[in-house]
Parts: sequence; C-alpha cells; structure tokens
Amino acid sequence: MLLIECPYCGERPEPEFVYGGQAHIARAADPAQLSAQQWTRFLYLRDNKRGLHAERWRHTHGCGRFFNALRDTTTDQFLATYKVGEQPPPGKDPR
Amino acid sequence: MRRFSVLALLREGLAGQRGWQPQWRHPEPKPAYDALIIGGGGHGLGTAYYLAREHGLTNIAVLEKGWIGSGNTGRNTTIIRSNYLFPESAALYDHAVKLWESLSQELNYNVMFSQRGVMMLAHTVHDMQVAKRHVHANRAAGVDNEWLTPQQAQAFCPLLNIGDIRYPVLGAALQRRGGTARHDAVAWGYARAADALGVDIIENCEVRGIQRDANGAVTGVETTRGTIRAPRIGVAAAGNTSVVLRMADVELPLESYPLQALVSEPVKPVFPCVVMSNTIHAYISQSDKGELVIGAGTDAYTSYTQRGGPHITSHALEAICELFPMFRRMRMLRCWGGIVDVTPDRSPIIGKTGVPGLYVNCGWGTGGFKATPGSAHVFAWTIARDEPHALNAPFTLERFRDGDLIDEAAAAAVAH
Repeated sequence: MLLIECPYCGERPEPEFVYGGQAHIARAADPAQLSAQQWTRFLYLRDNKRGLHAERWRHTHGCGRFFNALRDTTTDQFLATYKVGEQPPPGKDPR
Repeated sequence: MRRFSVLALLREGLAGQRGWQPQWRHPEPKPAYDALIIGGGGHGLGTAYYLAREHGLTNIAVLEKGWIGSGNTGRNTTIIRSNYLFPESAALYDHAVKLWESLSQELNYNVMFSQRGVMMLAHTVHDMQVAKRHVHANRAAGVDNEWLTPQQAQAFCPLLNIGDIRYPVLGAALQRRGGTARHDAVAWGYARAADALGVDIIENCEVRGIQRDANGAVTGVETTRGTIRAPRIGVAAAGNTSVVLRMADVELPLESYPLQALVSEPVKPVFPCVVMSNTIHAYISQSDKGELVIGAGTDAYTSYTQRGGPHITSHALEAICELFPMFRRMRMLRCWGGIVDVTPDRSPIIGKTGVPGLYVNCGWGTGGFKATPGSAHVFAWTIARDEPHALNAPFTLERFRDGDLIDEAAAAAVAH
C-alpha cells in the first residue's frame, strides 16, 4: 500500500485515493476542429511510461480534490505531488 | 526432438533417468533472421511455432529479455474460457479453446488442460441480467454457456456458500468447456516444439532499439546481445509493449497495471472447478499440485514493478472466505504481481502498426493466458501474410480511431 502526500491534507494511505490516469492531457480549445487522429490521442493514446510518470490522483475519502503527482513506475516511489494547474517541479518534467 | 511417450518414460526409468536431453537449445543469436518475435511468453513462443509449422518460416528467433515464461505466462491464474459477449471476441477466444483441446497431442507435451468448468457467480439483479445476456449471446454464437440456479451452482461446486453472506449467490453462468492448464508447460511445450522446427530461442536478450530504413520499414533490432537484422518483427511483450513500440514511434492506447495472484499451501483435492466472482472480485481454482490458486484485482495505478499493494490481495481473500468458509484457516504460501497491458475496451490489439514490417499482439489485459494458442495462431498468420486472419481482423489498432470498439469492458460492467 502506498503512502501518498495530498498537497492539501498531507500524507495519507492509498485507499483514501482514486487514481486519475495520466496528467496534463489538455482538452482542445475548439473540439469541433479536431481530426479523428487527434481525438484518438486525446481519448485513448497514453504515454504509459516506464520510469517517471506525471499522473492525477483524487483524495476521494479526504478533501475530495484532484491533484497531480510524479511517480517512478519502476519503483512506485513518489517524487512530488503538486496542485492542479501547476507544472511539474523544474527538472523533473517527464514529458 | 525426442518424443515423450510411456515407452520413453519406462526406458528412462530403467536407465536411472540419465538419458533425458535439454528440451531446447541455447543458441547464440545469428546476425540476421527472416523474422523476429520480441517476447518469449506463451504468445510469442506460440507465434514462432505456428510461423515455423504452418507458414514455413523456420529461420526466425524469439528474443526474451529474461527467461521464457518469466512474465505473465508464469504469473496468471491459468483460467481458460471463451464466454465473451461480442461475436468477435467469442470467435477469437473459442478458436483458442478449440486449439487448447488438442494442444498436448500437437506439441507432444502435457499442458495439463483440464476442462473442469468455469462458473461465474451473480450476486445482484444487475449481475444476473448481464450473465444471462452473456449466456444467450454465447449460445447464439455456438459457444457453450448455461445458466444455473443457486442450488445448481452449489451442486456443481459443493463448497460454495450461497446464502449466509453479504452478497448471496443468486445464480451462475457455467461454461463446461472452460477450465485450467499448466501455464509453465505451455511456454515450455511451445519452446520445445518451435526449437525442433529450427526456431532460435534467445533468452537474456533485451531489445533496446528498433532499426528502420529510409522508408520507415523495420530492418532489425539493437539488443543487449548485439544487433540482429530482420525484415519482419512481431511484438508480443505484454506489459512492456508500450516501451518496445515507442522505439519505432508507435503510440498505443495501453496502460500497464499490476495484477496480483496468490497460492495457498497445497492440500488434497477439494475444489472441483473454477469459480469466478466479478462483483466481489475473486477467482479460485485448485492446481494439480494441490495449491488453491487465487486471483485478485488490478492495482489502481500504472506500474512496471511486478508487485502490488497487500490491500488488494486481502480484499480477494475476504471474498474467498465468504464464498468458501472452509478455506478460512488456509495459509497463503506466495503472492506476486504481473504487469498487464490494458486497452480502453478490454479487447486485444492483434495486427499491423502502421510501420511496414512491424506487427503487434498486445492489450490482452487481465485475460491473455486463455487465448494463448488462438492468439499465437492468428498472429503468425498476420506476420506471414502481412494481412490479418479473419478472426483477428476486427482487433486492429485503428478501431480506436474509427470508433469500432469491441467493448467487453462495458459488456462485463465490472473491472476484469
């Protein structure tokens, strides 16, 4: 079981959280203009990184808020958590 | 290849078991092959076997970064069934069940395929509706599946507690042709048979790059054991498929999650079938060695660690203890995780990638073992002929772009 640092509540056990998938996937400003290939990328294609991964979590059984996290998928170690709308800490952006 | 038989057993028994040969060679990789398979699990080894046997491609190699069968082939709960909802899936998985039925004879290797029946429990009104829809759809598609009342379910599996639990058993769907097989033997049997046809099985050989020519077509791979050239490459790398295909700039709709399983201490034969419950989430059968083999759910997050959280396995054991109170004092011996590559519609991707000469067989998610022979058979066809077999034609990568999903995820209405 992981210990996850909620940016609002502090460190809590994993069952309080729900995983929200890859972070920083922006919804298109003008969805009507997207091609089928661009929709595919938005809806389905994922980096599925082996290594540093930026992802969303929601503290469902706590403050209820979404936040972002950086985790190494080869060790499951969290390197940082940060609020929605913020960018990953400098030098650690996996994208 | 020396054939296994009763006579061979007798002869070796009398000779002190000193005459057995290694079952496959350990060759050095050649500089070039006609085709390469990346991934030495059941799907990859089976693909090499069918390429050699049915398509005459014998100058080929299987590249495995660890030892064969060390990934999900050796980590699953060995359940085999074909009672999927959609006709495309039922046809593909039933193709596999039919191959399973003669696999031991074909490979001259006992894969211990046992059609002991797979019973899927329903605990809610919604479960019953979904299960009955599956039963009717399967029967219309010519796949056996039948509905059992709770009493019939208990008669089929006498240890089952149908009443005195939080989610009582309201019925069950039973596929009698379903069952289990010995997963290691599947990898070893395919490896031995492929090796006998001339296929090189190269272990401890991790692919680090995919080489392509000016037109983008694949020309070979860079590995930890040197560069190997080949005009055709089939990838069957399960949880690591995203990593391998990124080397050729192919993006996939995959996410890799840990899926855990565990076994108990071995006991005498007590459990006659396979029982699955999607709603309270547990799978159980008994291996021929006597261990209870128990499947848990996936962990919440993507990972490549091959392990998961203990709260996931405890949850599965709580369900097992409710359904089978007799097992409440059983001790668990081992637990482990495998990394499963999950697609958005929970159906596999078997076909071309858009890169000439590069083919992929992935996205089997939490249920790839049951499909091993069928998957390998149609994937070999796809690589040999550069076009899909009729059975895997719907399972393209393009279905996500074109909206032709085969949505077994929604059909099951649960995580699976």
